[in-house]
Amino acid sequence: MRFVFKTSYDADIKWFKHGAQLFWYMLLLAALVALPLIFVWTGNPYLLGEFTAVLIFSISCLGLMLLTGQTGLASLGHAAFMAMGCYANILLLQAGLPWLIAFPLSGLLAGFFGTMIAFPVLRLHGVYLALATLAMSIITGDVIDLTERWTGGVGGISVPDIDIFGFVINKYANPYAFYYLCLAVVLICVAAYRNLLRSPTGRSFAAIRDSEVSAQAMGVNLTRTKATSFFLSCTAAGLAGALFGHSATFVTNETFDIVMSITLFLSIVIGGLGFIHGAFLGAIISGLIPVLIANGRTILSTTMGVNINIPGLESALFAAIVIAFVLFEPMGLYGRWLKIRTYFELFPFYRKDMFRRQKSYLKTERVQ
Amino acid sequence: MSAPLLDIKNATQRFGGVVAVNDVTMHVNKGEVFALVGPNGAGKSTVFNLLSRFYTPAEGSITFDGTDLLKLNSDQIPSLGIARTFQNIELFEQATVLQNLLVGRHRHRKTNVLSDIFFTPSARKQERQHRHAVEEVIDFLDLQAYRDKMISGLPYGVRKVVELGRALATQPKLLLLDEPASGLSVEETQDMAFWIEDIQKQMGITVLMVEHDMGLVSAVSNRVMALAEGKELATGTPAEVQSHPAVIEAYLGTSGIQKGGTADKKKTSKGAAA
Repeated sequence: MRFVFKTSYDADIKWFKHGAQLFWYMLLLAALVALPLIFVWTGNPYLLGEFTAVLIFSISCLGLMLLTGQTGLASLGHAAFMAMGCYANILLLQAGLPWLIAFPLSGLLAGFFGTMIAFPVLRLHGVYLALATLAMSIITGDVIDLTERWTGGVGGISVPDIDIFGFVINKYANPYAFYYLCLAVVLICVAAYRNLLRSPTGRSFAAIRDSEVSAQAMGVNLTRTKATSFFLSCTAAGLAGALFGHSATFVTNETFDIVMSITLFLSIVIGGLGFIHGAFLGAIISGLIPVLIANGRTILSTTMGVNINIPGLESALFAAIVIAFVLFEPMGLYGRWLKIRTYFELFPFYRKDMFRRQKSYLKTERVQ
Repeated sequence: MSAPLLDIKNATQRFGGVVAVNDVTMHVNKGEVFALVGPNGAGKSTVFNLLSRFYTPAEGSITFDGTDLLKLNSDQIPSLGIARTFQNIELFEQATVLQNLLVGRHRHRKTNVLSDIFFTPSARKQERQHRHAVEEVIDFLDLQAYRDKMISGLPYGVRKVVELGRALATQPKLLLLDEPASGLSVEETQDMAFWIEDIQKQMGITVLMVEHDMGLVSAVSNRVMALAEGKELATGTPAEVQSHPAVIEAYLGTSGIQKGGTADKKKTSKGAAA
């Protein structure tokens, strides 16, 4: 077990608690930076696209994690905000704005729209809030359809290339540059999230998640803080949506459907609610499952001659995994890792109930 | 004598047909420890919730330090310098003791969301200041051993102390303690009594508390008010109130078998109030 001797208050404020932690995260960063080299070597960047997709998905997972894991507000409509970011980005680019302005602006617009929509629904708690956001997710496709003049509706719209000072990035022409771009956005989002966590804003989010009454009694303005959380969360979702658009290169009214919203929500549950790591683990799992199923299918049909063509197999498998997690590991993958780590740190004094939650439901769900 | 710190005049709170607080008038002077006692359902916690502005009284006025409380929302109350604890502990479970206490510093917050996201030098400086203030509370309440522990794993007695600490971290003028000794062992209750005394005498914080433990009440409080069924029974020193006939009646019932009928009636009406 490692003992960290803290000699100043900054020891608790710092991003990394000790040198070893810094080392491992730097190693992870180095691995992520070096990852494309493998594909340069093999000359087949197809799988790099999958990694990029996971990075993009993890940005929206981070956004939703801030709202659901940190503030305790469930949203089943985050694909709607991704759509807002995506279409805002396309329209701003079409209007002639440079990408470096259009991209952040599309995130902020998504955040702004999100907050506008959030104000009426913020009066709802727990499962009712989830239902309201679910409804939002359902009407997204229709709204895109109705605003066909700008969005292309059912016919779809193609996404312009990214242009940074004359350097054009297109997912197919330049997959490596696009990967690094997404990685940069991910790093910025993680840095912002970490900063929030160690500052009064992040603590007020957690306060609302755990006890609204006492958050109020400590001077936290519920409406304003929840709206802030919604804004930040939707901004991240909007940025992810804009990148998703660049990744898909062509989006229609069916791109950001309800399945995407639900996948987002389930990803953060699988990853572990309330942890940054959880957002990434969830994004990796939900990004990997379709790839694994496709590969498994191919292997089965080529080696054993078995053809599995069950419609909705992905969804069913995903649902099964989620049910298993809710039943056996409510803290998600990262929670499981924490338990394993604590087991070895405290060996042989680990107690089985160490991580047991006294109140397993979100306090916001409780009727006051 | 100067104007009282807290002044409640003719406050009435109804829940449907139940009058939880019935025309209660009381004041708390600066620097004193004032205790509210009374049987279950007497309306003690309702008075607290009126002060926290979780409820709006049907009638009456509440003034704190010259400010009309009824014009404010519940999240504006702490900025006046009123902090509270809860009867059933309301801590932030999935956070450490340190983080819980830091939430108590929320009313002293000077940064906004933007400076928090970028964690500007001013945000860092503020963090250090908050941390310094919180460390003093940790020192005062001997919470050092629990600083980085999650609340969800802490024993009940410690949680009770953490909640007191969180209220103290706001640096209040008036501290509302809702049953600070409920569920505590004898030793823990003694600790609590010492702390309340220190809070009053060293920190100069006025304390208003609801408590059932008459030992604690008579040890620390300057004045006591007894409530029953939302009405004031008696106000005075702990000894005066304890020996007041109306208080004895409310707690023990009127004597005897011959008045058994009325005692029964009292019980049922009390049940409805609870």
